[in-house]
Amino acid sequence: MSRSTTAPGRDTGAGVPASPGPRLDLRPRGGAAPWWRRVRRQGALEARTALRNGEQLLLTLVIPVVVLIATARTRVLDVGGALVGEGERPALALAGVLALAVVSTAFTGQAIATGFDRRNGVLRLLATTPLGRSGLLSGKCLAVLALVAVQVVVLAGVGLTLGWRPEAGSLLALLPLLLGVAAFTSLGLLLAGTVRAEATLAAANLVWFLLLAGGGLVLPPEALPGPLPAIAAALPSGALGTALREALVDGRLALVPLLVLAAWAAAAAWAAARWFRWD
Amino acid sequence: MGADGAGSAPVVVDSLVKRYGGRAVVDGLTFSAAAGAVTAVLGPNGAGKTTTIACCEGLRRPDGGSVRVLGLDPAADGAALRPRVGVMLQDGGLPTGAGALEVLRHVAGLHSDPVPVDDLVAALGLASFARTRVRRLSGGQRQRLAVACALVGRPEVVFLDEPSAGLDPQARLAVWDVVTQVRDAGACVVLSTHLMEEAERLADHVVVVDGGRVVAQGSPQELTRTESTLSFSATPGLPVASLQAALPPGTSVAEPTAGRYLLTGVHAGPQVAATVASWCATHDVLPEGLGAGRRTLEDVFLDLTGRSLR
Repeated sequence: MSRSTTAPGRDTGAGVPASPGPRLDLRPRGGAAPWWRRVRRQGALEARTALRNGEQLLLTLVIPVVVLIATARTRVLDVGGALVGEGERPALALAGVLALAVVSTAFTGQAIATGFDRRNGVLRLLATTPLGRSGLLSGKCLAVLALVAVQVVVLAGVGLTLGWRPEAGSLLALLPLLLGVAAFTSLGLLLAGTVRAEATLAAANLVWFLLLAGGGLVLPPEALPGPLPAIAAALPSGALGTALREALVDGRLALVPLLVLAAWAAAAAWAAARWFRWD
Repeated sequence: MGADGAGSAPVVVDSLVKRYGGRAVVDGLTFSAAAGAVTAVLGPNGAGKTTTIACCEGLRRPDGGSVRVLGLDPAADGAALRPRVGVMLQDGGLPTGAGALEVLRHVAGLHSDPVPVDDLVAALGLASFARTRVRRLSGGQRQRLAVACALVGRPEVVFLDEPSAGLDPQARLAVWDVVTQVRDAGACVVLSTHLMEEAERLADHVVVVDGGRVVAQGSPQELTRTESTLSFSATPGLPVASLQAALPPGTSVAEPTAGRYLLTGVHAGPQVAATVASWCATHDVLPEGLGAGRRTLEDVFLDLTGRSLR
């Protein structure tokens, strides 16, 4: 059947504007941009969105900077009888705050954003574009890496003003940083992909606070009271904090914490791949 | 396009079954959608429209039957299909923290040869809120942005789930105009709707769905031309059985509201009108507003899907 005979309403013009809108060139020529460009664009969009979000900025930059100044300028880190030498205090403070910054961005901020994207159908819509699900996740990971890079630059800059002096061994911090990003991004996706957005919001903030207080991020696990040292050392937060402290203070790779972190990253990535729900 | 396979339509849904928790939401649904045509999947809420389209988009896996889009399986061949298919979801799904134009440019950038973004902005009237964050847009503004995002990649197949829900009349006409242009450019457009007017005005082919099954399909004209109607007003309570007896067999006469008489199942020619007039004369009543009408798609739809609320 031809179109002209099947839609009298349209063809007689009843109610349809006599002067339609601009003519568009809509000839079908569907094709995808190259993979890397798609992922880069998604990462850039996610990073821009995060940097424009006031709550996210508070969590990822303002609070870490405040904590860095507080721990470098006061004797907060002198807990559990461990007396910190004045010379290593800035490095110790910076290491702990970098660990906190990774948790803020990769876990809390990312989980909340992904949780609401999931509830709002953003994950489903983008999964139908050339980006696909894998490109979407790659873009999110890229955005986390970009934001952590911004945090490292800002916090290291503040650290320099507080007396931190980088050494060649400081570069060893990159390994725990990357493993920490992997572990906490996976944990954030696991949370965002399995519970409701509101529950993700509450849990991601609560976990951030608990890890700050007793997870071995800013305060070393061995400085914590009761059974917490053993627990914190086995958590990804304690492992990340310890590995960063070893790298920035002593210029060493802390093997056991790195292995703990790698195990968490592998387990969380597996669990997220297994249980993540897209809608 | 080469991958379509000879002679097969761009979208072929065959005996599709989809269950949620053991309940079949889509229950043996079959239809196909042609290139260069708008196919409307029309049905009441809960009829299975969105689930059917989600299976076509690769967002849901069928529990039975098959879905082919451009000759491919949406669930298995998503990577090959996604660049060639445009999707607008019922719940939007646009990133809420980004600006409207930023989102459209983003989706355009995922494609190799997108429609110039400015052209779509003009055609769908997006300029007035181009810099507004998606979360602050009104429902109608989001809806138009979502249509633009579905079309910006020059898709061969477009799935629009309730494209004009919540739109004001001007925006609706703008969306219809753009959808018509996509169709005229040769794309296969599949849209779901529960708006009769949308199906009647926009669709070349209507698939009426209820309870997860196709209950009727055809062009809007085919669906409505089988019967015409004749109606008139007169004093209430006339003996309709007597009038029916005077008319050709197969005609039925009813008084749906007091004083309003409706003849259905009739070919409403001058002869029938004359019979009605003379019958009225013998009963000493004046038939006011005696006129023939085509059954509307809404009449057909309500007959097919029932009048009870669900």
